[in-house]
Amino acid sequence: MHGETNINYRWQCRRGMLELDLLLNNFVDKKVDGLTPQQKQTFELLLSYPDQTLLDLLLGNSVSSDPVIAMIVQQIQSTSFD
Amino acid sequence: MSTTEISPIARRPIERRQFDTLIIGAGGGGLRASLQLAEADLSVAVVSKVFPTRSHTVAAQGGMNAALANVSPDNWHWHMFDTVKGSDYLGDQDAIEYMCRAAPRAVYELEHFGVPFSRLDNGKIYQRAFGGQSQNFGGEQASRTCAAADRTGHAILHSLYQQNIRAKTHFFDEFFAVDLLRDDDGRVLGAVIFNIQNGDVVVIEAKTTLLATGGAGQIFKTTTNALINTGDGMGMAMRAGIPLQDMEFFQFHPTGIAGRGMLITEGARGEGGYLVNADGERLMERYAPKAKDLASRDVVSRAISIEVREGRGCGPNKDYVMLKLDHLGEEVIQKRLPGIRQTCITFLGIDPAEAPVPVFPTAHYTMGGIPTNRYGQVVVPVKDTPEEPVQGLYAAGECACVSVHGGNRLGGNSLLDILVFGRAAANHIIGYLKENRYHRQIDEAIVERVVEKARRFDRPAEPGADGETVAGLRAELKQVMEDHCGVFRVKDVLKEGVAKVEQLAGRMKNIQINDSSHTFNTAKVEAFELENLMAVALATIHSACAREESRGAHSRVDFPERDDKSWMRHSLYSFETGLDYKPVRTKPMSVESFPPKPRVY
Repeated sequence: MHGETNINYRWQCRRGMLELDLLLNNFVDKKVDGLTPQQKQTFELLLSYPDQTLLDLLLGNSVSSDPVIAMIVQQIQSTSFD
Repeated sequence: MSTTEISPIARRPIERRQFDTLIIGAGGGGLRASLQLAEADLSVAVVSKVFPTRSHTVAAQGGMNAALANVSPDNWHWHMFDTVKGSDYLGDQDAIEYMCRAAPRAVYELEHFGVPFSRLDNGKIYQRAFGGQSQNFGGEQASRTCAAADRTGHAILHSLYQQNIRAKTHFFDEFFAVDLLRDDDGRVLGAVIFNIQNGDVVVIEAKTTLLATGGAGQIFKTTTNALINTGDGMGMAMRAGIPLQDMEFFQFHPTGIAGRGMLITEGARGEGGYLVNADGERLMERYAPKAKDLASRDVVSRAISIEVREGRGCGPNKDYVMLKLDHLGEEVIQKRLPGIRQTCITFLGIDPAEAPVPVFPTAHYTMGGIPTNRYGQVVVPVKDTPEEPVQGLYAAGECACVSVHGGNRLGGNSLLDILVFGRAAANHIIGYLKENRYHRQIDEAIVERVVEKARRFDRPAEPGADGETVAGLRAELKQVMEDHCGVFRVKDVLKEGVAKVEQLAGRMKNIQINDSSHTFNTAKVEAFELENLMAVALATIHSACAREESRGAHSRVDFPERDDKSWMRHSLYSFETGLDYKPVRTKPMSVESFPPKPRVY
């Protein structure tokens, strides 16, 4: 079960690209509940990025210079689809 | 002007707003139209279920066609020929001429709005070569596609959004449009929307309404389309009594990642990748002995589908084939196909340098949609007139069928379509508003009916009630559409699919959601989206079952040839009258018609 905040995340994870929909929703399904408040803030910041920037980060075409963002990106990338 | 009243259901206030124009959808088509209208000092509301720059236009990477002749000799008439031919002669030639003539101006306008088009050394806009584009009516390859690197859609969407902010367009971000308000005279007078953040319902009264809600790839299990592409405008139009046109024409790409949908480009097979079935057989050798894995998209798509249908699919459910790339070696894959490698690793946990990749045809683009003329007016048959405008209603972009793509869309023509016809619709609206200056009275019974519908899921489900779940019904629908209306189309399979989709549609009334909260109730949004998907799926499979020929993307195993005598006509499907047909507009605006010829490349 997700709390209200996670449901809010779910709508923020509706994006213009299928790749982002899948990666972000998978992460919300499996990992968001386990994040610390600070990590949740970082995730919210990431969700405010434009779609193309997010895609580049999540597919590894670019790397964030902010280590906190880079860490959450890595967590999303490593969340299995199984 | 704003009044309030109390809903009998939840006792929450209902806001009423008035605008000259309501635009539903904030992709490229909607934003191009809203900009034109806002700059004409009209009051414009844009309703978008997601933040505007998260619309699916952002995913358009390829570019936008315009005969600028910056790289190769070119003119709009050649572009027109290619588009008519690409449409397999189902496109309306007046609309195609209009679009191709308007294309250069559309590009220059975008440039002025701030789109950073890629440049040639001489400073002119760079243009790349794309399939289906020719010089001199079918001659040498043309370079016609203008692009902003590989993120053209992103650049266009962001530029248009910024321009709209400057022009003071009013945005309703994260609002969902439930249904149109259409009076007994057939005039459209706005829509009822609700705020996804808090559930509040808003009645928008508008002198004109433009639907720009994009495509409907989510009717299929395997699709490249984002989750938002649920055909909302198409569903709303159908429920307002408006038919959908040419819905049997859906563009598929042969190699989507199975179970996920995203594309693996033809480049992977171009580099030497090939398809194998469960027996390890290189299957394309049987279907296309010469071209093998580089055969045309429809041939490869159908081959994969047949292999799966005949039990030679791979995996536990035997529902995909494998794309083999590992024989190319890690160095080649990393050098030439780095993006594909990363995509496979991210979404499948499979490195194509080490193991084959599961693939299946993926639904990409909706050629059909809400029928419009080249001014963006929604048109419907009335008695003997096939195209009578619906007063006050317009549509543009992928949700519309104008019809410039006919049976198959050419690469680079979708961004062009949304920009040219978004602008054309806005220009017609400006003229219409000069003659229709005042809001019309809406029958309150009509408003109340739609408001009640918007509140349908606001009551908690009865304890212990055993209804249908949205996720369950949606999954069944997507699977049925994939199995019965995908690339493998034959009468018995389609007929069985029609019965199944009808049966699923009948179960919609039992939909139940357990979340009746007002804050970000995504379950409620998904229930309304499913209603739209169901309408679009019905139109699609009924139209596909009836069209007994192969044309463009609609490929029938039992009717493999194009049949111009019987079928060079547009299909129309509505809830009220089922299937109907109307002629293709073969007469262009100013030039000679292009008569049908075999579509050979």
